[in-house]
Amino acid sequence: MSEAVVEVKNLCKSYGKIKAVDDISFEVSKGEIFGLVGPNGAGKTTAIECIEGLRKSDSGNLKVLGLNPLKNGRRLRHYIGIQLQQSELPARLKVWEAIDLFSSFYQKNIESTSLLNDLGLEDKKGSYFDKLSGGQKQRLFIALALLNDPDLIFLDELTTGLDPQARRATWDLITGIREKGKTIFLTTHYMEEAERLCDRVAIMDHGKIMALDTPQNLIRNISKETRLIFNVIGNLQLDTLKNIESISKYEKSGDKIIVYGHDKRMVKDTVNFLVNNNIDFHDLKTEQATLEDVFLTLTGKEIRN
Amino acid sequence: MKSLFKLTVIEMKLYLREPMATFFTLLYAPMMLFLFGFIYGNEPTPFFGGRGFVDSQLPAYMGLIIVTVGLMSVPIATSEDREKGILRRFHSTPASPAIYLFANIFTYFIMSLIGITLLFLVGRFVYHVTFEGNIFSILAGFTICALSFFSFGYLIASLAPTARTAQIIGMVIAFPMMFLSGAAIPIEVLGDKVVNISKYLPLTYVVTFMKGLWVGHSWVEHWLEISVILGLLVVGAAISVKTFRWE
Repeated sequence: MSEAVVEVKNLCKSYGKIKAVDDISFEVSKGEIFGLVGPNGAGKTTAIECIEGLRKSDSGNLKVLGLNPLKNGRRLRHYIGIQLQQSELPARLKVWEAIDLFSSFYQKNIESTSLLNDLGLEDKKGSYFDKLSGGQKQRLFIALALLNDPDLIFLDELTTGLDPQARRATWDLITGIREKGKTIFLTTHYMEEAERLCDRVAIMDHGKIMALDTPQNLIRNISKETRLIFNVIGNLQLDTLKNIESISKYEKSGDKIIVYGHDKRMVKDTVNFLVNNNIDFHDLKTEQATLEDVFLTLTGKEIRN
Repeated sequence: MKSLFKLTVIEMKLYLREPMATFFTLLYAPMMLFLFGFIYGNEPTPFFGGRGFVDSQLPAYMGLIIVTVGLMSVPIATSEDREKGILRRFHSTPASPAIYLFANIFTYFIMSLIGITLLFLVGRFVYHVTFEGNIFSILAGFTICALSFFSFGYLIASLAPTARTAQIIGMVIAFPMMFLSGAAIPIEVLGDKVVNISKYLPLTYVVTFMKGLWVGHSWVEHWLEISVILGLLVVGAAISVKTFRWE
C-alpha cells in the first residue's frame, strides 16, 4: 500500500439526534480514485465536508496531506481542489472572470487556457455563469477545483443532474486527471459511476461504512454467480449440462436456458459444449453482479429509492 | 492583495451589471432632484429657510442613496450570495473571508459616491446649487452615515433566514423611512405628526446631518445626529460580526 494522503479515524458527526456520520475510519492512498458510495442521505457529503475542513466534526482524527483540515484549513486548501455538491457563482460573472479571480486565491496556478481547452470551455470564456448549461457549469467547477494544480481533488456528487452523455464525458475527464498522478476522492450515488471510475469504494449507509474494497472484490465477495442466458434451436437435453464442471446450476425459463457458475471458465465451457454437440444457439448474453447487487446484499434495499 | 483587488473589481462589475441596483443607487436620487427641481425650481423661499428647493433638498437626497444601498443592495446581495452557495465556494479556497466583506463594502461605498457625484452634477449644472460647506467635512460625514447604514444592512442579512425575507425586511424598513424622514420628500412639507415620527427613524438624523454640513455647520452642532449614526454603526457591526453566517 502506498502513502496515505487522507487518514480518517473514528469520524463522527451528528445533527441533533441524527448521526449523519457514525464512527467511520478509512485511508485514501496516493494516486487512487476513492469513492464514498451510498444513497442520498447516507452521510457522504457530511463526511467529505468534514475531511475538507468545511465542517467541524464532533469527534475523530482527520489528517489530509499530513495536515489537520480544521486547524490548518486555509493552508491545506492551497494543495487541494474542492468541488462542492451544491454551489453557484454570481449569475453575471463571466467564465474568464471566475478563472482569473479564483486563480488569484492560490499561490500556485496552472495555465488556465489549456485547462479550459481540456474541459471544452474555451469558447465559453466570455459567457455569463447563468447562461451555461448544467454540464458546462459542472465543468467550470471542475476547472476551479484544478486551478491550483492540487495533489488531491474532492468531487462531491460530480455528475448529479447531468445527462448520460455529459456524465460519460465527465468520467473520461476524471480518468484523465488521475493519469496525471492526482488522487481523487469522490462521492456518488450512481453505482455504475463508482464501478467505472473507482479503484476502491466505501459503501456507506446511515452514516456507517458497510464495506470497503475494490469494486471487483466487493462483487466477488457477495458470491453472486455469473449467469449465461441463451436460446437453443431444436432440442437440448438439459441433463447433459451436468457434465460441465464449471456450471453450478442450470434452469429453463420459457425458451431461455440459464446456467450459473462462479468460475470464469463457465462461459467458455458452455459455449464449447454447445458447439461440440452441434447445438445451434442464439441471443447469448452474460449477466454479472454489479455494485447495485452488492448494495442490495449489504443493506437489503435497492439504492435508487 | 492581488485577490482583494480582483474581487473588488469584479464586485463593481457585478453591481453595474444589475440594472435595478444601478438604477436605485446611481440614477434614482439625481432623477428625483431633476424632476422636483423642475416642478419647484430653485428660487429662494422662506419655506426652505430662505433657500431654494434644490439647495435645501439636494443633501437630503444623499440620505436616499445611503438607504437604498444600505438596506436594499447590502442585505439582498449578501443573503443571495449565501443562499446560492457562492459564499461557500469562496470559503472552500484559501482566500480569507475578510476579503469578501471588504471588497463588497468598498464596492457599495464607491457606488454610493458615484451616486452623490451624479446628484451634485445635476444640482450644479441644471439648477446652479450653492454649496456653503466644506467638501472634506461633508465627505467624511457621508462616509460614516454610509458605513452605518451598510452595517444595518449586514445586520438584516445576518438575521434573516432566507434571501427572500432579507429582501422583504429591507424594503419594509427602507420605503417608509425614505418618505417619513425627509429624504425623499422635504421634511418642511410633511407636517408635525410626521416630524414626530421622524425622530424615531435613523435616516432622519442622516438627512439633518447632511443638510447641516451642506450649509457649513460644524460637527459639534450635530453631536446628536453623529451619536445616533455612530450608535447604529457600532450596534449593527457588533451584531453582524457575531451572527454572520457563510452558509
